[in-house]
Amino acid sequence: MPEGYLPIFIYLICAILFPIVLLGLAKLVRPSLPGQVKSEAYECGIQAASNARGRYTVRFYIIAILFVIFDVETIFLYPWAVRHQKLGWFGVAEVTVFLLILIVGYIWAYRKGALEWV
Amino acid sequence: MSQYYTSVDHFVLVPAILLALFGCAVLLFDFLLFPEPRQRKYLVWFVALGLVFTGGALWRQQHFLSVQKIDSITAFGGTLTIDGFALFFNWIFLAASLIVALISYKYLETAGEHQGEIYGLILLANCGMFFLAAGTDLITLFIGLELMALCFYVMVGFLRGDRRSNEAAVKYLLLGAFSSGFLVYGFSVLYGLSGSTKLAAIRMALESRGASDPLVILALVTVSVGLLFKISAVPFHMWAPDAYEGAPTTVTAYLAAGSKAASFAFLMRMFMGPLAPSRELWEPLLAVVAVASMTVGNFAAITQSNVKRLLAYSSISHAGYILLGLIAGNDTGVQGVLVYVLVYVFMTMGAFLVVAALRRKEMLGEDLEDMAGLVHKSPGYAFLMLIFLLSLAGIPPTAGFIGKYFIFLSLIQTGHYVLAVIATLYVAVAIYYYFRIVRSMFISPLTDRAPAATSLGLKLALAVTGLMTLLIGIYPEPFLSLAQNSLLR
Repeated sequence: MPEGYLPIFIYLICAILFPIVLLGLAKLVRPSLPGQVKSEAYECGIQAASNARGRYTVRFYIIAILFVIFDVETIFLYPWAVRHQKLGWFGVAEVTVFLLILIVGYIWAYRKGALEWV
Repeated sequence: MSQYYTSVDHFVLVPAILLALFGCAVLLFDFLLFPEPRQRKYLVWFVALGLVFTGGALWRQQHFLSVQKIDSITAFGGTLTIDGFALFFNWIFLAASLIVALISYKYLETAGEHQGEIYGLILLANCGMFFLAAGTDLITLFIGLELMALCFYVMVGFLRGDRRSNEAAVKYLLLGAFSSGFLVYGFSVLYGLSGSTKLAAIRMALESRGASDPLVILALVTVSVGLLFKISAVPFHMWAPDAYEGAPTTVTAYLAAGSKAASFAFLMRMFMGPLAPSRELWEPLLAVVAVASMTVGNFAAITQSNVKRLLAYSSISHAGYILLGLIAGNDTGVQGVLVYVLVYVFMTMGAFLVVAALRRKEMLGEDLEDMAGLVHKSPGYAFLMLIFLLSLAGIPPTAGFIGKYFIFLSLIQTGHYVLAVIATLYVAVAIYYYFRIVRSMFISPLTDRAPAATSLGLKLALAVTGLMTLLIGIYPEPFLSLAQNSLLR
């Protein structure tokens, strides 16, 4: 079995017990006066206009997916840029292949109308 | 070529490159070359061309192995291995993809959702399967699995207007993601134990650790959960009937055949490779799973009135049978697994193809009653279905008998008599529910006179599956020797 985990285990127990004990103590001490204003989700914020679980158009989802894909693409370019000198033309070829695959996806999404808002 | 990408690497990777290239090209050709909906069926020929090229690349690899008299070619520092095992499974995947591509256009046209993307997805899923059969590195295997699974999630939900198809896709996606989580957790433990993602290095590390190490057990259990989910073995089978029923029938055929065969390739690589040292642990575990799969699969199939659901439960029980070969574990058992998977792909796809042929615009054609009196309407389909069902039940002279024979033989050779008896008894149960379909087709009176669908692709696909189901049953020697040369040691 892995050893040296006993302090972490004790720490975990303390971390679980601490809020339980504190909340329990507070409940014993404080007065209980529930009211309509107090039980709202954001007592001191803006008034809730409608249910948060409404339906919204699927286009947001497509845009979000496209954003993530090209976001990840730029992140993948960084390690290549750092190692560019060492990798040489092989690195360029590899990145080109990677970009081509994403560009095919981009052309596909564009031609299928994923970027048209209305 | 450079030090990062040698000519050997390229030689090994060519089939995957071709599949990905054609997959992307098909996505573009869909609107660049064939903008009209009725032109989309020409895409099938591009898929066929891509698969033929891939087959050529595989053939060159097979030829190279046999001429050089070597067991395997390793590439990318041990992350990909081409051996007889990988090639055997890749031939199966190619056949399954080709058959699905051939029948998809007619079925999807009838269902009103004939989009060109299905062909791209078929090829990209096949690309993922290549990595599942050839990968010998945890990360390569996982990416292959996800590439295949992502394509399948989309294909299962391909009938956008059909609620059942949407439901099936969401269920499959959620449960698939959940099981992938288990699998990756197991992989992380394996990496922690061995400090390597290569299967061979992990095996050495686990051998030195001993089987009863709690971390080894943790890795074994989590990896098993992920793998057993993918092959839809009990108790991780709940997604299968819903996904199989909701998906377009052609995709169901691909899911039942291609995805399951690829997952078995993955499972064999893991259990015969890094997990082999802890065999004493997983053998009883898999035995319980196999018996449970056969029990639930066979008994739940009895009460089904939807043919696709019935075949889904039957596919769960077949997963149990195939696992038995792995439990026996000797050469006959592994050969039995390979032969069984080969046979299973053709007979299951064939049965689903006949169901797909019954689909019409206004009728799904999936219920047992829809098959009533099929022999009077289209005797060809009825007799082909009879062959597939006989084979699924394991009755000679069909191929299913050969598969079951080797599994049972290996069980007897290794002294698993109880398992052999249970497996044999369940064949009798299976015959009962398969013959419910036969009775409906041959004895029930004809209720629905509208003709069943035909197309060149459908005829071709049915001819190939029917011929293979009979051929492997009557003249199994070439297939047996191919499997003999593809054993994983």
